[in-house]
Amino acid sequence: MYKLLLCWRYLRTRYIALASIISVMLGVATMIVVNAVMEGFTHEMKDRIHGILSDLVFESQSLDGFPDADRRMAEIRKVAGPYIEGMSPTVHVPAMLGYSVGSQYMTRQITVIGVDEATYASVSDFGQFLQHPENRKKLGFELKRNGYDTIDHQATDPSKLLPRVDMQGAGWDYRQRKARYMSNVEVKQGALEGNPFQAATTGTAGDAATNGTTANEGGTRFDPAAEQHTGAVLGIGLCAYRTLEGADGFLALPGDDVEISYPTAGKPPKVLSSKFTIVDFYESKMNEYDSSFVFVPIRKLQEIRGMIDPTTKIANCNAIQIRLKQGVDLNMVRDLLRSSFPPQVFKISSWQDKEGALLAAVQMETAVLNVLLFLIIAVAGFGILAIFFMIVVEKTRDIGILKSLGATGRGIMGIFLGYGLSLGVVGASVGLGLGLLFVRYINEIADLLGKITGQPVFDPSIYYFQKIPTIVEWHTVTWVVLGAMAIAILASILPARRAARLHPVEALRYE
Amino acid sequence: MNDQNSKSASNGPHGLNLSEMQLAPRSNTRGEFGSPGLDRPPLVPPVHRPHRELASPHSPVLQQLAFSQLQYGTAAAEMLAAHYVRKSYRKGAIVIPVLQGVEFSVNEGEFVSIIGPSGCGKTTLLHLLATLDAPDSGEICFERHRIDNVPSAGRDILRNKYFGMIFQFYHLLPELTTLENVLAPAMIGEGVLGYLRRRGAYRERAREMLELVGLGHRLRHKPRELSGGEMQRTAIARALVASPRVLLADEPTGNLDKHTGDEIMDILRRLNREQNLTIVMVTHDGRIAAQADRTVTLVDGRVVAA
Repeated sequence: MYKLLLCWRYLRTRYIALASIISVMLGVATMIVVNAVMEGFTHEMKDRIHGILSDLVFESQSLDGFPDADRRMAEIRKVAGPYIEGMSPTVHVPAMLGYSVGSQYMTRQITVIGVDEATYASVSDFGQFLQHPENRKKLGFELKRNGYDTIDHQATDPSKLLPRVDMQGAGWDYRQRKARYMSNVEVKQGALEGNPFQAATTGTAGDAATNGTTANEGGTRFDPAAEQHTGAVLGIGLCAYRTLEGADGFLALPGDDVEISYPTAGKPPKVLSSKFTIVDFYESKMNEYDSSFVFVPIRKLQEIRGMIDPTTKIANCNAIQIRLKQGVDLNMVRDLLRSSFPPQVFKISSWQDKEGALLAAVQMETAVLNVLLFLIIAVAGFGILAIFFMIVVEKTRDIGILKSLGATGRGIMGIFLGYGLSLGVVGASVGLGLGLLFVRYINEIADLLGKITGQPVFDPSIYYFQKIPTIVEWHTVTWVVLGAMAIAILASILPARRAARLHPVEALRYE
Repeated sequence: MNDQNSKSASNGPHGLNLSEMQLAPRSNTRGEFGSPGLDRPPLVPPVHRPHRELASPHSPVLQQLAFSQLQYGTAAAEMLAAHYVRKSYRKGAIVIPVLQGVEFSVNEGEFVSIIGPSGCGKTTLLHLLATLDAPDSGEICFERHRIDNVPSAGRDILRNKYFGMIFQFYHLLPELTTLENVLAPAMIGEGVLGYLRRRGAYRERAREMLELVGLGHRLRHKPRELSGGEMQRTAIARALVASPRVLLADEPTGNLDKHTGDEIMDILRRLNREQNLTIVMVTHDGRIAAQADRTVTLVDGRVVAA
């Protein structure tokens, strides 16, 4: 009982000891914050990655793919049917995107993904990242009249964002306006064909020739004001830029036409290009995806690449996206499929495998940070050790008194161990509170720091997160708090043993 | 000799007893407790003492302390004794002899003062009697059982329940209030649960003790808010709270003025008289020493005939 009482009294009267646990407190708080941010970051990133990638991807090793997706899907279902929620065939091809902005021609290196409108939504969260509310409900490759989001619908606090002014009126409205304008400024097709000098000399004869070619092109003329090419969903990073004010500007909008140059199937691949009309933007907030993916209807892609067998009409595809049922072990199904299909022909990987290096890097970072921060707490332990030695020396006479009153060595040790523990408890719980508060208000703190230093602490344009993501994992927090307490106790063992071994007579004589 | 001792009442003729004790042969076998005492037939029924209840009867240490003593009982016999005790301190290579074969004993209910000049070893002797330190050779006996070689856990129990100590510098715990200081031995002797269960009784007892020394109104004060005399009285209350068999006082008036010192001596004498408390007091002040029943003079580590 005297142990508890004395611990309590020492705790309340020895403020210097409280100073020694400030470092423990800060260490705990920092660890909680870092872990929460890293966890939030990982989670957010996994979410993004997983949003675009389905659970499992069944790919052909060759770019030409494999024929008859339906048959393959039936085979997959035979092997792992009970675990599968949905499947969708896709075609992935490296390609080049080009579009004109004024007089400039922009080119971007992309991956064209042919997706099946009907089934793709069942294998990934693709739809959630689109800019038109109707497309989010049901994916379609038809240009919408208008109504594209001007405010990022994924933002948690839209009031802080600058609106995307360019998106206002995007869609058919924009396309028709642009077509009207272009018909006025456009040089008639063929006007520059032939020898301009000849045209200049021959006069009216040249005019007649150009008119003829225009009229004869394909029999019917493509009217941009009334028609669209096949729709394409572009990653938002392919044509977005950030203005000085921090708003998003766009080089091209839904309604603009783009050209995609792609390799055809066959040996050797040739490069062809086709026109597509932008029907929506895709914004997963994963920069890597947003600036390289273009989605088009799978049928069209198979057609233009020559992936459809002309006699049987069976199309090739080079991947099957598989979504598993909730709670099914990803790796188990992956291994099951791997054992059933020849690895020379098919590559089966989970979404985590695909982004394995990135996820591993983040995990590694978290681990290293944790080790470093825990070392900080360990260093704090030495502070406690030193201060405890001082307190034991200061309390030498009290220890003698307690011993003369019959306190056992173990009891004396208990006082100081208990004192260490209570300091640890106080430090860890204050640190816990601080850490949790910091995590709770981390964005406000980042804003404030940004205001004070004039340098934004967290730049959303780099991360594509509007705010710092945090997740407090109670399991981790528990370990951090327990670890801090353990260090406080460990640091008090030596002084406590010294106190326990003090000779009562010498302790009583101590002045 | 034992027969004669046991026939006498508990506050019997001490002088006679002492001389006989000094002549009695002692067993030096370690671990055997008071072998002469154990041979004696049970002549006096065991005395009920409340403090016995403080100790757990299951403690092996207490069993080692030979509770046969309780069964056989003792007469007004030797309470605490030092036999041929030698003690020296070592300062580097130099050995400083402090006690050189001290022979000392106190009977139950006796108030003995040990007097001597500074450095003669009186405090050391008191510490040895209180088992705070171990003699180099010789024996310390409590109720005829050798206690200097008892394991430390046993000595802790002895100090907690059987001995009360007061010091020249009061030695109160500065963090605790008067009442808590007085309760300290009870808190030390009991586990948390045991203490909490009997908390009321202990507090009552501590209050009684504080009232006995005239401090009933200062329960909540910290030691630094008390005067020297009040601190010493608190220390006395603390020493008494566990109903000890012996009160060991180390210069209890050494730090007090004459008037306050006399107050303390009054309390000690009253305790000795009214509660038949055995007191061993160390002092260098002849006037204070003279207030005891008997004075033992210590010079250069030896007892000198008065």
